[in-house]
Formats: sequence, C-alpha cells, structure tokens
Amino acid sequence: MSCGTKCTVQEMRKAHKVLAEYDYELGKVERGYNNRTLYVNLSDNRIESKAVSQEMKDIFIGGRGFGLKLLWDAVKETTKWNDPENEIIISPGPIGGITQYPGAGKSLVVSISPLTGAIADSNVGGYFGPLLKFSGWDALEIQGKAQADVIVYIDGNSGKVTIEDAPDEEVNSHILAEQLTEMYADSESDKRNVSVVSSGMAGQHSLMGMLNFSFYDVRRKLARLKQAGRGGIGTVFRDKHIKALVVKFSNVKGDSNGPADIERIAKAGLKVHKELHDYDDVQCRMRKQGTAHLPGIAHDYDFLPVHNFRYGSHPEARKVTGIVWEQLFTQGIPDGCWYGCTMGCAKAVDNFMPLTGPYKGERVTVDGPEYETISCCGTNLGIFDPHAIVEINFYVDTYGIDSISFGTATAFAMECFELGLIDKNATGGLDFRFGSALSVLEALHQMARGEGFGRIIGQGVRRMKKHFAEAYGADAQLLADIGMECKGLEYSGYVSKGSLAQQGGYGLTLKGAQHDEAWLIFMDAVNRQIPTFEDKAEALYYFPMFRTWFGLNGLCKLPWNDVEPADNAETDEPAKVPGHVQNYVDIFSGVTGREISKEDIIRMSEAMYDFQRLFNLRLGYGTRVHDDIPYRSQGPVLDVEYLSRADKYDKELKEAVGFDPEGKTVAEKIHALKSYRKDQYEKLKDAVYKRRGWTPDGIPKLETVKRLRIDFPDVVALINKHAK
Amino acid sequence: MITVNGETYPWQEGMTVSDALKACNYKFPLIIVRIDGRLIPRDQYAVQPVEDNADIKAFHLISGG
Repeated sequence: MSCGTKCTVQEMRKAHKVLAEYDYELGKVERGYNNRTLYVNLSDNRIESKAVSQEMKDIFIGGRGFGLKLLWDAVKETTKWNDPENEIIISPGPIGGITQYPGAGKSLVVSISPLTGAIADSNVGGYFGPLLKFSGWDALEIQGKAQADVIVYIDGNSGKVTIEDAPDEEVNSHILAEQLTEMYADSESDKRNVSVVSSGMAGQHSLMGMLNFSFYDVRRKLARLKQAGRGGIGTVFRDKHIKALVVKFSNVKGDSNGPADIERIAKAGLKVHKELHDYDDVQCRMRKQGTAHLPGIAHDYDFLPVHNFRYGSHPEARKVTGIVWEQLFTQGIPDGCWYGCTMGCAKAVDNFMPLTGPYKGERVTVDGPEYETISCCGTNLGIFDPHAIVEINFYVDTYGIDSISFGTATAFAMECFELGLIDKNATGGLDFRFGSALSVLEALHQMARGEGFGRIIGQGVRRMKKHFAEAYGADAQLLADIGMECKGLEYSGYVSKGSLAQQGGYGLTLKGAQHDEAWLIFMDAVNRQIPTFEDKAEALYYFPMFRTWFGLNGLCKLPWNDVEPADNAETDEPAKVPGHVQNYVDIFSGVTGREISKEDIIRMSEAMYDFQRLFNLRLGYGTRVHDDIPYRSQGPVLDVEYLSRADKYDKELKEAVGFDPEGKTVAEKIHALKSYRKDQYEKLKDAVYKRRGWTPDGIPKLETVKRLRIDFPDVVALINKHAK
Repeated sequence: MITVNGETYPWQEGMTVSDALKACNYKFPLIIVRIDGRLIPRDQYAVQPVEDNADIKAFHLISGG
C-alpha cells in the first residue's frame, strides 16, 4: 500500500510489492566476461539468463556491440521507440570495471531513439556497469512495459533479481538516487556498493529524456550523477514505466574483472597516472576544470556556439572560461566516476542554491557543468552568467533531460523568436530572446510538467520545424537551414562552418549530430593537415572507427587524448596519440588474454560500426539522404553571419569558388557560397563512403560485411534487398 | 614574413616560437611545433628564435571533443 509523498525511505520500501523474483548462481568474471546476460521483460515480469557465445565475444566484443546484437535479435524492421519490443540494453564491455587504468568504468546504453527512430547509443560513467558485471552479468536487457512504475533490483551479493512495484519514490534523479542508495545499502559504508539508473519528470514528457547513472561520493556523502544523454533513452525508460534500476555489489577488488594478465594492465595504467600527475596542470587541467577548460579555447578558435550556432565567439565568453569554473568547482576532492580514474574530471559545484523551480532555495550539489552544457545551455542561448548555467545544469540533470538536445532545441526556438518566425503567442508569453535565462528556466520547468512551450521544445528541433511551419506559417527553408539537427538528433556544441571535415564529423555519423565519432576542427581548419577529400575521408574513417572501440569496451575517451605522453610529439602521428593506443592494445590483451594489434582495434570497431549502420537501414534509415545536414552547419545563413566573417567568406568566394564578390549583395554572396559548400559536402560524402567500403547511397557493400565477418544471413538479405 | 600552417604573418627581429604562436592567436596548450621540419621541444618555445621566411607547422592535437 502507498504511504504517500512524505514517507520515509523505510516506509517507501515497505510499499514495494515484488512482482517477480529470480535467483541465480553467483559467478566469477573471467577475462572480462561472465558469459551470460540478464533479460528482464516488464510486460510479463519474466527474468531470464542468456548465454554469451564465443562468436558474440569475438565479433560484438561487448558494451555497445552487445547492445546492438541483443537489440537486433529483439526487434522487427517496423519497431518504433515506444513499442514494447524496443529494449534498453546496458553493458560495460570486457575492459569495463578494471581499476588500474583511468576511465575504465563506462556503461554503454543502446535503444531505438524517440528523436531519430534509429539506433541511439550513449556512453556514461558511474558505477552501474561495473557493478552489474561483478554481480554476474555482461549486459542488462530490458524489454516490455510495466503497468505502473517499477524498480528492477539486482542484488549481486546474494544472486537475486527482483521487479518491484515502487509507487512512492521521487521521480527526479537527485532525490531518487539518494532515496534508493539509502534504501538498498545496509549502512553508510555500504552506499558505495549501490548504483542507481534513473531519469526524471521531463524524461516522461519529452523525447529527449536522459538517464542518470549514480556513483556514491564517500567524501561528499551523496549520490553523484553521470549522464547517458544522447538520443532520448530516458524517454524510452519512462515510457516503460521504469522508475529506476538498482544494482548492489559489495566486494569490488582490483582483480574483480578477472584479467588474464593484471601486471600488463597495471604497467599501462602507471604510465598514464604519471602523465596526469606530471603534465595535467600545464596541459588541459582536467583534474581541476574537467571539460569546462574548453569554452575559452572554443572562443579563441571561433567554434564556440553562440546564438544558435550563428557565431563562434563572443566578447562575453571570458565569463565562462575554464578558470571561472575552476573557482566554482570544489577542489581537492578526487572526482573520478569509477575507481582508479586519476583524471577525475567529474567536477561539481557544491552548496548551490537554485533561484527558480521546485527546489528553489534548497542547497544542492550540481554535477558539472561540462563543456557541452556550458556551450549548449549557455553561450548558444546568449547566456554568459555562470550561475544561470549551473541552475539550468542542475534542472536538466534532475529532470532527466539531455543538456545538449535541450540547449540546441532551445537555441533554435530563441532564434525563431528573434527572427519573428514565432511570437509570444507561440511561447505562451515567454520572452524568448537570446539571453533570457529566466525564460529558459521556465520552459525547462514546463517541460518537466509536460506543459506549455517547454513541452513543444521537448519534442526536439525536427518536430519543432514542422510545427512552426504548419502552425505559424514560418518559412520552411529558413527553418531547415537554422534548425541544428541531423537525423533528428540535435547538434552538440561546436560550430563546424569553418571545417568541411567536421561537417562530416556531424553528418556522416550513426546516431546523429554528436561529435563523439570524430572531432576534426583542429586537424582540418587550423592545422590544415587534411586538405583533400581523400585526406578528410581517411580521418572520417580512422577516428570514428577508433573511437567506437571505447564503446565496445567500457572505456572513456578522455584519457586517450586529454593528456599527452612526453614523447608524443616525436611520433609519426601525434594526433592519434600512438603511445596511448598501445596502452589500449595492452589492456585489452591483458584483460581478455586475446592478443590484438593496433590494426585489430580498427577492425573490431569497423564491424560494429557497419552493423549499426545496417541496423539503421533495417529500421528505414541509414542511407545517403539521412546524412544531410542543415546549412547553418556548413556556412552562413543570415546576412549578419556573413558580415561577421566577411573577409574570410569573400576570400573563399574569390579563390575557391571563382565568384567575384565585388559589388555583389550579401544575399548574392551567401547564395554563391551556399551552392559551393553544399556541393563540397556531397563530394565529401562520396569520398567517405568509398573509404568505408559503402555504396554511393551510403550502404555497406556485401564485400565489406564479408571482410568484417558480419555477413549473417539476415544482414546479407537486407543488403540484397536494398541492392534491388 | 613567416608562414604558419600555410598563412603568412609579418616577421620581426628577435621573434620566438611563442611570439609566432601569439601572432596567430594560438593559445591551445597542446601544440606541436615544427620549423622547416625540425621539431621544437615545448619547453623551448619561449626562447627558440624564428628566422625570417621560416615555415612553421603548429599542429594542435585533438582534445575535448
């Protein structure tokens, strides 16, 4: 029976009704694997164990690869994000959970995205993935829909999984994670053994819901949160009526992952620990600023998004540079989101007091802000007040909203308001000019309540474009040009107008406009290392394949290249950080006992990369047209944008386009540049598809999938169907 | 004149690598500099002279992102 909203944690637990129970044999992780995954169906309360085959390990590796394999087997080509057969799969990968190397506790989450209709994958810290594995499971696969809010609890100490009706707990994450950590821990010292996955109120009222993964901070004595942000998986989570997932495992040790050669892993780890100790203060200052060191750099190099990606810098950007955040973050506390991470970049603002919303006046700890939140929810909205950015950060997290999608969608709405495409009738009276922090916060609170203009923003840029055109008669072409989404996923926080390769880094992707496949702005636009289409295509082959590998193995990308070995400059390809790539070879082999080379890393990733592309194809996406990007990502849309960099654009027109800008109107110059740049992007597509072994329509060729050993009968049938 | 990543900049008597990077507004901490193909150690940027007509490659490594 429910005890209402004011009950104690003990009373809340008493109100739980166990809907299903499953006892299992505790196992021991061997060489990074348990060789089984956990399946939970919320429609019929079924809980089962599934075996992991050698082929699954060899080809799909783990993490995102396991997610793709399990989801592929679970859905049909007609499955939509909110169909019961859609799944959420969480897997840490074989390396995930080691404590000897920084950034080795990641979970990978895979589902069909509400925003894109295709596959979403998201990489997140916190303790859930490693504790899941040490509890005996290489992945958690959730299918079906519960009747009412439930918690799935995995007790890795006793070997029991339960589905529990959970009526009384809070939904918003900063409270829910605390409640459940206290509920399932036996004592204060036991809290570090509990991890919670949750979303929030906005997760159920928007398409951009995110998942928070907790880790208990023993120094602050509270549950911290890391986010699986991209693609709206929090929305799927709440649609399934999942209030939370909880795992508990109480005996994490240095060898819990069962590595084949722990000395080899420790040796690789020691090198990076020393580099962080010796160089971080003069390199990226990750230990003091986290990724918040980037806004100043982005401003200096003209790729900081300002006013919906119109501009790459702003005079007020100095208010949000790294040193400002360094002073706001609590220093002197190791901020790793998994044991052994000496990079420790999960910075936090403590004792923050929100000025708006349901938690107004309370003291809270805010995880972040990280670069993406500062840029997407700050500068891109014309907000340069750090306190306003922290408040938005707090609420997007606890409400379970992806800060990137929220920020970019809000920036689009603000620009539409500024341009007169919508007015206060559309915004419900909100003044939505750039810089209106209070209006942004109000829209965020509305989103959490499922009301007003906030609910509209929560549908994302793609649906807003359609809505503004249909409901208000807004210019559809202009909306298409300034609406910063690709495949339905909102752009992350980098202005790509100056780099054709980065335009590909956003467009020629699997899940949409996220920079986690390739970040090439420096190589392309500053270093000018990759001038030809073939050079850019090579970069758009190597980096996405290399970075995919982190997601197969439960690794964080940041220790790869946010600290540099002393001898990196002397190597042949310093941009790849060859010393660290060798470390990854060593830790993979050290964990699994499977000897690999640097080239094998690319081969392993490429198989999964192409499999995901084909999965998108199976769901009705994954072809050339789906790699189109908005023109704002390629060049200036408005006169003010052109004029802000007129010398540069005039020079390009003269030297590259063969168009004399002298005496031409700005509109004529924009038109000429647009034709040229759009053509360049199409040529880039051709070059990249060729390098990746795909057809001109962007579909992996049969010979490519054979080479990658993913020529399963249904994959071959899919390719043949499209070849016809 | 000097050339940095293909762009020309005015040369000045007594110019160092740090001066050249400053002239380009290059403030990123992870930059590898080669002058006419020769690698310059990072701790020498403040004192390493840059000759007139030098061809400088200032490779910014990927970070963040």
